[in-house]
Amino acid sequence: MKILIVDDFSTMRRIIKNLLRDLGFTNTHEADDGTTALPLLQNGNFDFLVSDWNMPGMTGIDLLRAVRADAKLAGLPVLMVTAESKREQIIEAAQAGVNGYVVKPFTAGTLEEKINKIFERVKG
Amino acid sequence: MQEQLMNKTVWLEKAEALVSAIKADRDADAEQIITELSNLKENHLFTEVGRLTRELHEAINGFLLDSKIADMTNVEIPDAKERLSHVITMTQDSADRTLTAVEQSLPLVEEFAKNSESLLKEWEKLRARLLNKDDFSELSESLVAFLTQTQLDSDTLHKNLSEVLIAQDFQDLTGQIIRKVINLVHDVEEKLVKLVRITGGKMDGKVTQHKDPNELEGPAIPGMDQGDQVNSQDEVDDLLSSLGF
Repeated sequence: MKILIVDDFSTMRRIIKNLLRDLGFTNTHEADDGTTALPLLQNGNFDFLVSDWNMPGMTGIDLLRAVRADAKLAGLPVLMVTAESKREQIIEAAQAGVNGYVVKPFTAGTLEEKINKIFERVKG
Repeated sequence: MQEQLMNKTVWLEKAEALVSAIKADRDADAEQIITELSNLKENHLFTEVGRLTRELHEAINGFLLDSKIADMTNVEIPDAKERLSHVITMTQDSADRTLTAVEQSLPLVEEFAKNSESLLKEWEKLRARLLNKDDFSELSESLVAFLTQTQLDSDTLHKNLSEVLIAQDFQDLTGQIIRKVINLVHDVEEKLVKLVRITGGKMDGKVTQHKDPNELEGPAIPGMDQGDQVNSQDEVDDLLSSLGF
């Protein structure tokens, strides 16, 4: 399972990386915004994308749209982990095709629950 | 009020004099009174404009002479920007130190759990008299190695936990810095209100929000919810499931 973590704050990337490792996902890679993430996704055979929303350059929602618009990546499961908590934003992400939405600050339990749920759906 | 009454008496006197002058066909007198009346009106206007000009002049001078404003723009605001950047640096540094300590400790704990589990299994075999002499001496060696390693790792864990503890020292310092900046923002707000009053704007307390629709909201702040934010992961889940997720 190859996972890409996209967040402009290295601290948050490290936290997510450690939580994922605890869940048994050791093959994680990092990018600091959508612009750097997209080429990695296009060439990297990733199985899962965890992305922040508010980032300089290309935001998480734009990255999500770019992923859904790319024939090769369209089916990639995407989990949004973000401080953005307006209802209309959550709806916007849902409409753009997000697979899960976690608001910061979050717990290890929440992250695990959402990831498991996404994989159950992908398999089923 | 008194000024108005006085004006009224003067106006009435002039008006009555004008009426009687016209009735008595005293044209020169009537003209004289009309000139006086129009002078009276102009004088009042000039006095009022003069008073307003003086007030405005004094207010602007007072505002400019307030040395705090110069201090604010030249020193305090650039200073506050630097202080807030320093807060970012300090919190980032603390997070990095904490994460490093935790990342170094987790493998030790995992190793510790793994080794104690396998030793326990061997020990149970010993208690069930399932071990021969060679097995026993192997167990004995593993036990010594485990205990030695545990002692070393405990030292490392202790060091890492102390590092996590000390890395929280930013809270006190960032708290003090942020409080100073809050005070500065408060001062600037007061000066701005004064400035708006001088320039004659109306402060009716209503705030019209000019928000860039593309600007993101950022983290939710308690007490600043305008009803359009979710307050917990549960609410996010409810919203998503109402959308068919």
